[in-house]
Amino acid sequence: MNRKLFTTVLLATAAQLPFAAGNASAQANVLRVVPHSNLSILDPIWTTQYMARNHGYMVYDTLFGTDEKSQIKPQMVESWTVSPDKRLWSFKLRPGLEFHDGKPVTGEDVTASLARWGKRDAMGVALMTFVERMDSPTADSFRIFLREANGFVLEALGKPSSNVPFIMPKRVAETDPFKQIEDYIGSGPYVFKRDEFKPGDRAVYLKNAKYQPRAEPASGTAGGKHVYVDRVEWNLALRDVQAQANAIVKGEVDILESLSFDHYESMSKEKNVKVLKPTLGLQYMCRFNHLHPPFNKAEVRRAALASFDQRPFLKAQVGVDELYKPCASMFTCGTPYASSVGTDIQSKSTMRKAQELVKSSGYDGSAVVLMKPTDLQSIGKLPDVAAQLMRQAGFKVDLQAMDWNTVVSRRSKKDAPSAGGWNMFCTAWVAPDIWSPINNAALDARGDKSGWFGWPDGPKLEALRAQFMRETDEAKKKKLAEAIQAEAFSVATHAPLGEYVQPVAVRSNVTGVNMAGLANVYWGIKKN
Amino acid sequence: MPAPQLNANEMETLSVESADVRITESAWQRVKKSWSVRMGGAALLLLLLIAVSAPWLGTVDPTLFDAASRDLVPGGRGEITTLDGEIIKHKFWFGSDSFGRDIYSRVMYGTRVSLAVAVLAALLSLAFGIVCGLSAGYLRWLDGILMRFMDGLMAIPAILIAIALVAMWRGSLTTVVIAIAIPEIPRVTRLVRSLVLSIREEPYVEAAVALGTPTWKIMFWHILPNTIAPLVVQGTYICAAAILVEAILSFLGVGLPPSIPTWGNIMAEGRSQFNEYPHNIFIPGVFLAITVLAVNILGDGLRDTLDPKMAKRV
Amino acid sequence: MLNFIARRILATVPVLGIVAVLVFLLLRLTPGDPAAILAGDAASSEQIARIRVSLGLDQPILVQFGIWLGHVLTGDLGESFFYKVQVTELIAQRLEPTLSLAVLTIVFAVTVAVPLGVIAAWRFGGWFDRALMGFSVMGFSVPVFVLAYILIWIVSLKLGWLPVQGYKRIADGFGPYLQHLILPSITLSVIFIALIARVTRASVLEALGEDYIRTARAKGLRESKVLIRHALANAAVPIVTVIGIGIALLIGGVVVTESVYAIPGLGRLTVDAVLARDFPTIQGVILFFSLVYVGVNLAVDLSYVFLDPRIRY
Repeated sequence: MNRKLFTTVLLATAAQLPFAAGNASAQANVLRVVPHSNLSILDPIWTTQYMARNHGYMVYDTLFGTDEKSQIKPQMVESWTVSPDKRLWSFKLRPGLEFHDGKPVTGEDVTASLARWGKRDAMGVALMTFVERMDSPTADSFRIFLREANGFVLEALGKPSSNVPFIMPKRVAETDPFKQIEDYIGSGPYVFKRDEFKPGDRAVYLKNAKYQPRAEPASGTAGGKHVYVDRVEWNLALRDVQAQANAIVKGEVDILESLSFDHYESMSKEKNVKVLKPTLGLQYMCRFNHLHPPFNKAEVRRAALASFDQRPFLKAQVGVDELYKPCASMFTCGTPYASSVGTDIQSKSTMRKAQELVKSSGYDGSAVVLMKPTDLQSIGKLPDVAAQLMRQAGFKVDLQAMDWNTVVSRRSKKDAPSAGGWNMFCTAWVAPDIWSPINNAALDARGDKSGWFGWPDGPKLEALRAQFMRETDEAKKKKLAEAIQAEAFSVATHAPLGEYVQPVAVRSNVTGVNMAGLANVYWGIKKN
Repeated sequence: MPAPQLNANEMETLSVESADVRITESAWQRVKKSWSVRMGGAALLLLLLIAVSAPWLGTVDPTLFDAASRDLVPGGRGEITTLDGEIIKHKFWFGSDSFGRDIYSRVMYGTRVSLAVAVLAALLSLAFGIVCGLSAGYLRWLDGILMRFMDGLMAIPAILIAIALVAMWRGSLTTVVIAIAIPEIPRVTRLVRSLVLSIREEPYVEAAVALGTPTWKIMFWHILPNTIAPLVVQGTYICAAAILVEAILSFLGVGLPPSIPTWGNIMAEGRSQFNEYPHNIFIPGVFLAITVLAVNILGDGLRDTLDPKMAKRV
Repeated sequence: MLNFIARRILATVPVLGIVAVLVFLLLRLTPGDPAAILAGDAASSEQIARIRVSLGLDQPILVQFGIWLGHVLTGDLGESFFYKVQVTELIAQRLEPTLSLAVLTIVFAVTVAVPLGVIAAWRFGGWFDRALMGFSVMGFSVPVFVLAYILIWIVSLKLGWLPVQGYKRIADGFGPYLQHLILPSITLSVIFIALIARVTRASVLEALGEDYIRTARAKGLRESKVLIRHALANAAVPIVTVIGIGIALLIGGVVVTESVYAIPGLGRLTVDAVLARDFPTIQGVILFFSLVYVGVNLAVDLSYVFLDPRIRY
């Protein structure tokens, strides 16, 4: 009896196989994307996770965007004026902006959204220290009153990466910023299909037929957001790297958001797959814990910095020559504030020099507790290289492996390394998150109170940053940025380790993928 | 195989007195003659030899890497940078991984860890299992509570306990051994307990009790020796399971850190390149399979010769 | 008999209680802060502290346990720290893939293994017997994921017969559903087949040694009838026992298989939850698995009544 059942089942399968192939044409308007990670949090203000940000770009719209040339361009805003003393900013919204439930977007929605964002985002918080009040005189306009002029209002409103000031309905934006929202109505080019969302399995977005894109061509996170597919499915279950590669080769998915470096060469040779390189990439860095020995002394930090030749890091972690390049600056190379001022301690160093610096720094011999994530392909090799280089320079290194989630929870602890704390970890930031002294979290040097882990203490650095925030003249800002960088290297806030681009793999019939490298956005894509 | 010839010693010990001693002696003879035990034992001995002599088998420090030598196929030539900054030329017998580390060295050193994890986990679970089983079987008042607790522990899937334990604490030899041993304790406890329960009724135990022998003496001198045979068999199965579980833990990213090479984490690190560079998975995989095979064959041989009644149990 | 069932069900309560305590303690007493993970990479320490409070993690352990236990007894497993979804809902969503995989694996394994074991016992000592024993020991020795990678490479990539990954719900079509499950089931069933074949062979062997077999053959019964009606039937009890034990092993294999084949099942859910320190989900899923284990044991014990008329409760 069992044998018969088995044979029947086998025959039934064989009979169904043609059916499976026939579905291909019905799928022409479904874009199947494999994102770089799992989507768990749907509130892009509550967390800085990039997945939440990408989800936000599907469902929400922004006041301003950043184009491929890093220029701020209006998106939801039609026009704006600035008072001569630069303290009153008035904005007018584009006509026809609507939320997914049909209600129009008003200035009150905007001010509520900005207020919520301004309580969580580092740049938003900085902006809000200047803001006296915001209001919305008419339904399609809003105003920001500043206590004193600053030079980054538009940069803040148009910032492309976490946290992005997405515009939500007022009732949603009034949610406590420390609680997650539960309503995902936005005014963006896609609608979130909540009933089909299966955490860890898939997320589904439908085309927002009522969305009115701008006239300009899409560029970065700015320009017209045209949608040419009916449905986008994010495959959240496919996490095994080899399985991802297999799936796109076989046509079971359309886009791999982050193609592993190990597969770059082989995927480039595949007939039905294109490998795309974004314009902007990410920057690696290793971060010191300034609170505990040995890195509580600037000389010791600078000695470690001197041993970090960027090339071994990039070669080990990325491996593919055309995907990486060293970048001495702490700001993204190729963007306005990048320079080589102050970088000599690292970029012009040798292992010899580093060894001497270690000897003369008064290094007390304590082991450097270096946290290594075992489950993040993109940064997993950096700590091994760092350990090897530091050992060669004369440091004792305790390389501790753990999963990324443990790294994330441990790095928030200020305890001594032997009591559950840490001395160093390595990570990567996308270009927009570090290309300016204001939003580069690694440069926040307010000591214990600084916003990002590591807690560097640099009063001079903070003074320079405060000056930068108030400066409105571009040339002066550049000079200040150079000074800030020089001071940051002197304080040795962290060690920049070079830049790379994250390649994307798409099926050859998919065109229009946004390759600016600011965020992963899915408008403008055609599936032929 | 010719029938074993009994020598004078064995003829004497065929007498009915000292019943349990007779079982042990001729059982040892049977064990030595078993084909399975010989094959399994020989393979394991060889692996033990490799483990002990790993530094002298033409290996380099398994944590050294050089990005210039990454992804070499087996037999390839490349370079290794030592800690002193020296660059040495090296032939990568088993190829290199995506860091540029020598897989041959890692596999050789990995033998140590795999064997250590297996033996330590088995010893740990046997030790706890024996204590709990003896207590539960002999001390009536403890029986109910202990067995309920063991039932609860058994109800939780072993792999999930292991993953949770290692993920929560850091991956290290200690945590992995504990994580593998804990789910095995209930089974050992049950085994020992049922043996205790049946042995308790034996006349010589009753005699010992009547003579006023203290409880602990009875437990360790009368009951325990008779549990040795099935426990040894169970122990080998735990060893086999331990090696596989360690590999799975590494595969899921919650195993030993890569600075301690194990076959499991060599495979885990190479899993993303299976299509291009399968040697990362195949070579440690073959070693792992042979080791587990050897342990299983050894276990089967021991079971068949020492405790034929177990053949029907799993 | 009903008495027996009732007693057995009552006996599961303390077992589940112990499971609950063990799991809860395990999670709360070990390092790993869900709040930090939720907050994201650029969050500050103050923000993380606030999240901890909102998750109730700042309360003393006994209080946390009491609250959780109270909820569980009303069927509320709490809300996942990460997905803002009820744990019960998460489990419900993930049940179909894991159940499908498990059932298909068991059915396939039993259909293949039992006949193999019977034939091996029948032809005891012959080449088939040796081959089966050899294969079964090897089946225990290869890690599941190695087998998975090899199968995928051969069957999906080179031959192109089946998809490399993914899971399709029954509602989306029975054909694709089965297609996506064949390879994972085969991968998972190898260990199962090894196990069941061995035990089948051993118990059928023992049954074949009994007197009633000689009688049956003397009566002139066909060999197939002897094997199936008499030997196999009497060997059924240990075989069913090992199937029950195998189901516990299955969970371990399911975790890895779901990982390689990208099946959004309960195994994956647990691993992801553990890595993310999603306490309510971990607790809920382990409690669920324990319930399943206990249920399977009960079913196995009950089946003895049908398989062996000598057993009566």
